[in-house]
Amino acid sequence: MKLFQLISPTQQQKLKKVWLGKTLTDGLLYKFVIYLLLISFSYIYLYPLLFMVINSLKSVDDLINPGVQWIPTVLMWENYERAFQVLSLPQSLIDSTVYVLKVSVSATLSSALIGYGFARFDFPFKRLFFAIMLATFILPQQVTMVANMLIFRELEIISTEWSMLLPAMTGQGINAAIYILIFYTFYRTIPGILIESAEVDGAGQLRIFRTIILPLAIPSFVIVFLFSFVWYWNESFITGLYVGDKVTLPLWLQAFRSSYETIFPPGTPGAELNEAILLSGNMLTILPLLLLYFFGQKLFTQSIDKTGITGE
Amino acid sequence: MRTKQPTFLKRLWIGILRIFTKLNEFYQQKIQPLLDRFFYRLSHNVVYREIGNTIKIFSFVTIRITRKRRHAFYGYLFILIWLIGISIFTLYPLVYSFYLSFHEAYYNLQEGVITTFIGFTNYLNIFRSQTLVPAYANYLGRMVVAVPIIIVFSIIIAVLVNMPIRTKGLWRTVFFLPVIISTGPVINELNAQSAITLPNLQASGIYSYIVNNLPEFLADPLTTVINSMLLILWYAGIPILIYLAGLQKIDPSLYEAASMDGASPWMRFWKITLPSLMPFTGISIVYVVVSMSLFVEPGGILDLTRTHMLVGAPDSAFWFGYGYAAAMAWVYFLCMVILILVFTSLTREKRGKVK
Repeated sequence: MKLFQLISPTQQQKLKKVWLGKTLTDGLLYKFVIYLLLISFSYIYLYPLLFMVINSLKSVDDLINPGVQWIPTVLMWENYERAFQVLSLPQSLIDSTVYVLKVSVSATLSSALIGYGFARFDFPFKRLFFAIMLATFILPQQVTMVANMLIFRELEIISTEWSMLLPAMTGQGINAAIYILIFYTFYRTIPGILIESAEVDGAGQLRIFRTIILPLAIPSFVIVFLFSFVWYWNESFITGLYVGDKVTLPLWLQAFRSSYETIFPPGTPGAELNEAILLSGNMLTILPLLLLYFFGQKLFTQSIDKTGITGE
Repeated sequence: MRTKQPTFLKRLWIGILRIFTKLNEFYQQKIQPLLDRFFYRLSHNVVYREIGNTIKIFSFVTIRITRKRRHAFYGYLFILIWLIGISIFTLYPLVYSFYLSFHEAYYNLQEGVITTFIGFTNYLNIFRSQTLVPAYANYLGRMVVAVPIIIVFSIIIAVLVNMPIRTKGLWRTVFFLPVIISTGPVINELNAQSAITLPNLQASGIYSYIVNNLPEFLADPLTTVINSMLLILWYAGIPILIYLAGLQKIDPSLYEAASMDGASPWMRFWKITLPSLMPFTGISIVYVVVSMSLFVEPGGILDLTRTHMLVGAPDSAFWFGYGYAAAMAWVYFLCMVILILVFTSLTREKRGKVK
């Protein structure tokens, strides 16, 4: 009560206005609550990542000690050195980048063509084909896995990159429906008059596609390429089955324990595998994508509006 | 008078000449035009010719080019690679794996795939299995619990981020991050170190209450959801963005009109925001169900299909063959489709009530 007596009624009103605002939604309190909620939600959201970063730097003593949770007593960069060795890093990173680039570029190009076919032309059975194309999104690869293995064996491309490249080139790769849909939605926004005037001037359809559509579609190309890069990088089940054990960095991570034992044989003093080393392997695996995301975050997060998967 | 009879030789000569003239006549009347036409077509592209606005194929199929037909042609040209791809890598495998699921099939290096028809035995074996039935039940239970949680969570986050605050881009970045980094091996490692749940949540009273008081078939999905709470929330990455896109399409004048009439923020959320977001729930549900189902966890059904396909030889106890793997995948796919249908039909009903 004393505090309220100290300030005059006008000041009281002013304070109230600042904190609660005119309509509650423009007051400071309201904003404070929103920020608090957002921060706590993102703490929950990023907890695994924080856990990974902190624990990958812990020493064995810190791992066991329940008193050390967030701030390690010593930073063990040695964990990262070992994980670097086990993942045989510079080479495996280059290999998997080259492989994923090949696959994602071919997926991007093929879906650009297919999307144009669906968006621009009318032909018999178009609706049926389009429905089938969308339905492939919910089809698990495991259903077609058995038969695909046999097909690849017949074509003698099993355990080679071609077993991922061929489906990607023909618009059947991972999440291909989304890429085609992104291009489809983009092409629908191009005014038809632009294309018709080119037709009147005597340009063929292929030429129109090459000289008018492709330059306009570059933003879609970038988005589709980024998404397919990320998704092909993260796909470990199908890649491991069709192409081979150590193709991408996540597959190297999957074999982390066994490769650790070959490099640091059990019994060597001070070389036991612990959780911290495993987590530094994790960190090294996701680091390339984190960097990619850091530089291209706008492209990723603003792409959803452009994809048209929001229901139109 | 001595008439000179033509000699035999001369008569022969005349005869030969006559035959040749006949032949020549025949050649000129019948064969020459044919040959002419043949060479003409050879030199003038028989297979495909455009004359005016008609196309001639082999000179006897004549197609009038209309705008519609030309478009159809180019449409098929552009999706040609897709047509080839879908028939080789999706439709044929689909049919073949359906065929295999009714067979006992295994691979032999000399003879290829050997199949024996066994009817529904593969499917019955799945329902007899001690490991698979709980796995399917757990999958269904987990989805039933987790999908509503994800949808509610992503609506809350989307509404919060859409508030008039600064650093909108930062929050978007944070909540989309898991889509980028969630790859199988990384998540499995986090799972092994139990870093995908909040320690407080597991230690709280709810967990032990569920374990102690609920029957096992109810408690199992709930505890698995609690044990991987953060991982489940990670699937909200794309739904959040979908809802954000939806929020930006709401007409701001609606809110203004509502606040003129004295509606509180709370009321505005329930009466304007939520009904406008309902149309986006269907696509979010499809996305969440698909991305959760397609994640291959070790020991999960999808992982087991591979094990059953690859491991062992025909005499091994673990070996069930290609047919069994195919049947497992088909049952899983069926579960997915049912889940999607049930969830989307539920949200559609709600939408009807609001209107």
